[in-house]
Amino acid sequence: MKKVKVLILRTAGTNCDYETQAAFELCGAFAERVHINALIENKNKIFEYDILAFPGGFSYGDDIASGKILANEIKNKLGDKVKKFALSGRPIIGICNGFQVLVKMGLLPDSKLFKQVSTLSYNDSDKFECRWVYLKTVRNEELGVRNLNTAEIKCLWSRNLPDIITLPVAHGEGKFIPESKSLLESLNKSNQIVFRYCDKNGLQPQYPLDPNGSMRQIAGISNDKGNVFGLMPHPERYVYALQHPSRESFNGEHGWGKVIFQNAVDYVK
Amino acid sequence: MNCKTNCAIIEILPLSDNQLIELSRKNVLSLSLEEMKAVQNYFRRLKRNPTDVELETIAQTWSEHCKHKTLTGVIEYTEEHNGKKKKRVYENLLKETIFEATMELDKKWCWSVFKDNAGVIEFDSENGAAFKVETHNHPSALEPYGGSATGIGGVIRDILGVGLGAKPVANTDVFCFGNPNTKLSDVPDGMHHPKRIAKGVVSGVRDYGNRMGIPTVNGSVYFDDGYMANPLVYCGTMGIMPKKYINKTVKSGDLILVVGGRTGRDGIHGATFSSVQLDKESDVSAVQIGNPIVEKKVLDTMLKARDLNLYRAVTDCGAGGLSSAIGELGEKTGAYVELDKVPLKYDGLSPWEIWISEAQERMVFAVPAKNKKRIIEIFEKENVEAVFVGRFTNDKKLTLVYNKDIVADMDMEFLHNGVPKPVRPAVYKIADEKEQKPVKMSAAEILKTLKSALSDLNVCSKEWIVRQYDHEVQGQTVIKPLQGTSIEVSGPGDAAVIYPYTLVKGTKKGIVLSNGLNPQYGKINTYKMASSAIEEALRNAVAVGADIEKISVLDNFCWGNPNKPEILGSLVRAANACYDMSLAFGVPFISGKDSLHNEYSIGGKKYSIPPALLISAMGVIPDAANTVTMPFKQSGNKVFILGVTRNELGGSVLSKIKNMKGGVVPSVYPAQSKPLMKSVYDAINKGLVESCHDVSEGGLAVAISEMAFSGQKGVKINIDAVPVIKSLTPAEILFSESNGRFIVEVNPENEKKFKEIFKGVKHAEIGIITEDNKVIFESIKNKIKFSEKSEVLFNCWKNTINW
Repeated sequence: MKKVKVLILRTAGTNCDYETQAAFELCGAFAERVHINALIENKNKIFEYDILAFPGGFSYGDDIASGKILANEIKNKLGDKVKKFALSGRPIIGICNGFQVLVKMGLLPDSKLFKQVSTLSYNDSDKFECRWVYLKTVRNEELGVRNLNTAEIKCLWSRNLPDIITLPVAHGEGKFIPESKSLLESLNKSNQIVFRYCDKNGLQPQYPLDPNGSMRQIAGISNDKGNVFGLMPHPERYVYALQHPSRESFNGEHGWGKVIFQNAVDYVK
Repeated sequence: MNCKTNCAIIEILPLSDNQLIELSRKNVLSLSLEEMKAVQNYFRRLKRNPTDVELETIAQTWSEHCKHKTLTGVIEYTEEHNGKKKKRVYENLLKETIFEATMELDKKWCWSVFKDNAGVIEFDSENGAAFKVETHNHPSALEPYGGSATGIGGVIRDILGVGLGAKPVANTDVFCFGNPNTKLSDVPDGMHHPKRIAKGVVSGVRDYGNRMGIPTVNGSVYFDDGYMANPLVYCGTMGIMPKKYINKTVKSGDLILVVGGRTGRDGIHGATFSSVQLDKESDVSAVQIGNPIVEKKVLDTMLKARDLNLYRAVTDCGAGGLSSAIGELGEKTGAYVELDKVPLKYDGLSPWEIWISEAQERMVFAVPAKNKKRIIEIFEKENVEAVFVGRFTNDKKLTLVYNKDIVADMDMEFLHNGVPKPVRPAVYKIADEKEQKPVKMSAAEILKTLKSALSDLNVCSKEWIVRQYDHEVQGQTVIKPLQGTSIEVSGPGDAAVIYPYTLVKGTKKGIVLSNGLNPQYGKINTYKMASSAIEEALRNAVAVGADIEKISVLDNFCWGNPNKPEILGSLVRAANACYDMSLAFGVPFISGKDSLHNEYSIGGKKYSIPPALLISAMGVIPDAANTVTMPFKQSGNKVFILGVTRNELGGSVLSKIKNMKGGVVPSVYPAQSKPLMKSVYDAINKGLVESCHDVSEGGLAVAISEMAFSGQKGVKINIDAVPVIKSLTPAEILFSESNGRFIVEVNPENEKKFKEIFKGVKHAEIGIITEDNKVIFESIKNKIKFSEKSEVLFNCWKNTINW
């Protein structure tokens, strides 16, 4: 069987790269942590990989705004390559700071447009917070079907998940705001909203279960094709049951985060 | 010496005693008359005056902060009890107490103790776990944000600088502040308000720790007015390193490489300033300025260079800056340094400022000449500045050059061993402790007191702080600082467990981190304070599943002015407790640090802080999955207490709330506690314990309430069933803070096996967990019964600190 290759892009201030690598490896992939300078030196190297991951952290200290400097650097120095990679349909994930980077370079929500049309701003609580949250896996309600792994889920990363999962968040700037109401509606319509914060029954949450005050409780979105995915919660921190506060798991050993990485690895296979 | 423009010659040879003292004071050298005379004699032998660079170098190297003169000096100790006096002379207090215990225990799994930047113990056959805790008190008093940020930044570098470097995997932090509700008019002139200090310190640790990507997993916060003008900020880091990188060597001819941040004027005199009392004139420029991203880049790259074996030694630039880093590495060889090569943040620094600046994020490496190109490449590839500034020699001298002028030329021997050993008197009078008048309360009064205890600053939830730290980055925090049976509630965990699966592939092992601290006891008896802190740290670790046979501890003494015999005496007492407890529990100290001179002056009057000994514990366990949290799990399960309750309310939360007179401070009984801890480990490993919580501040009533509300359960407790020594009132049983006790939850199915393990160890079944969310305490004997919803108790605990 083909060994799936994952590029984990890191730079100064990236700090979730090891566990993201471990999560992909757990799913049978070969994952490599690559410094952005090395990739800029050899731009076509990106196409040696099947999956691209932007891990969490504080790239360049989140100076100016979270993820902004790295987003600009990628756009200016690697923009064509990254866009081509995205449009080729290969899976891309941005987690936490990586999500902020995807949004700020504009690969999300519209990879073709490749322009920033939304942002992730300061939490309503005005502070960094680390806690576990409930997430509602958003499905195409119109189809009305309840089959976990079919096309009702546009995003290839969020298949095979139940209605409600739990993951940890750890961020100070996670409030998702699109530039216009119409953009919000179109994201909704085209099923690009992947996860929403919710309470344990899947209903509208109050702070702190809604950790940041995102518009429509958005926790993660994908592009229209469903291959580029960004989210504030950290799936790489819940690949083992042991990592869950009450050690819950879906198979006695693993956590929901693993399913997310497995989806992409299996998709490429 | 022929330097003309680059440095000043300090006239010292002809000075009188008074003039020497004045010189030391004026230049913030913090050297005593004896020490100044030793310097004078040395330069009289050389027949010349020192340069400013030389004098500053000596002051940094000899500072209390770097040399620990007091604890390694001669102490003439007198102890008085019941009118009888006992005397003992310590040639080196640390060596004869804390270090001595470690030597006597001689644990094979202790790999590197008291000699490097951190202590290292065995994790598995190929990897070690390194742990270090530091203090950054004075900087945090002046500039809370910068002070605490550079505190955490500094201790992380200790871990980078242990052996050939470890990868940091967890941080800890413990703070002592004044009461945050102090009226502004009561805050001493020129000092920050305690709440401002607290918020600034928390933000500093948050911003540095989170950006470094190191989870802050364990800690505590202690409020007492004694820390109003002189807060305590303890920062710890634990790291993992391959065993083969545990030693460092420096060879003559190796090049000196400075890596990381540039050198500026921040942090001048940090090392010597820490020995000066704080007052409203204190100079903020002694506080360093941190930049975590620079340090993160150093971490990323240096581990690469380490794994390619490109250097032979590394250490961090901490107190004393390059002066102490290069001075230490070159102690046995000698060093030649061209100060003009050091990269600067801005122009205009004098050579002595370059040499002693404590600018942050700098590491110094000893690099074999043949690796010169390769190592620079590694750093350059990730935009990390790395510059060769000199070489290690074989002349056993320290030679500093600036623009080709020699600005310092001294023997390493004098620099490192020329400091005269001070002789200090120390006295301690052991005060008699008497039991308080019997504490009689009605059921309603007890419930009211319980609520006050839960909302007491030193018991209440620290969630507001803990959640601002990313305690789960790296994905390895499997027992977290806040614990609840659902996402919506949380209680105070006893210890954290790290499962380092991303670093040590395929491992099942875990590392337990905990701490113990109780300055309140120290106001009455520092021996009991120290023993209680040790036992509390051990109990906390054991409560989640640590093996008492595989725990090591660190000591961090924060004391007042050691020139006062009573203050030094109270420290000797505490050090003796460390020796006794270390041996009795078989738990070795592996590293430590002291911060003395925690003294401040208000309106000309001097105050010392209440002495504080922080004990930080690290244990290795064979299976990270064999650990438990503290929330009650299942109704119908039985509640047991392990250990006995004594009438020990001295320094307790109850005595503070009720403003009680008298009371006996809790003692430690290792002969009983140790077997009990072994049994707890055994029971947890066999899966016989559903939840476990240590009993400490606030006693039994608080511990049980915390387990109930964090588990969203009710519980019915029979006070009469609690094993006690002598006769205690219900309030005394519920609020006594006796050491050596745990509360555990046991499934009735496992009861037989559980009891088998605890045969011969004092324990009793005291209650049952219920579904109705009501916490009920009852003593039929005393006709006392009270009941409260666990949610109400949760809110008492939760809402005190919500800034």
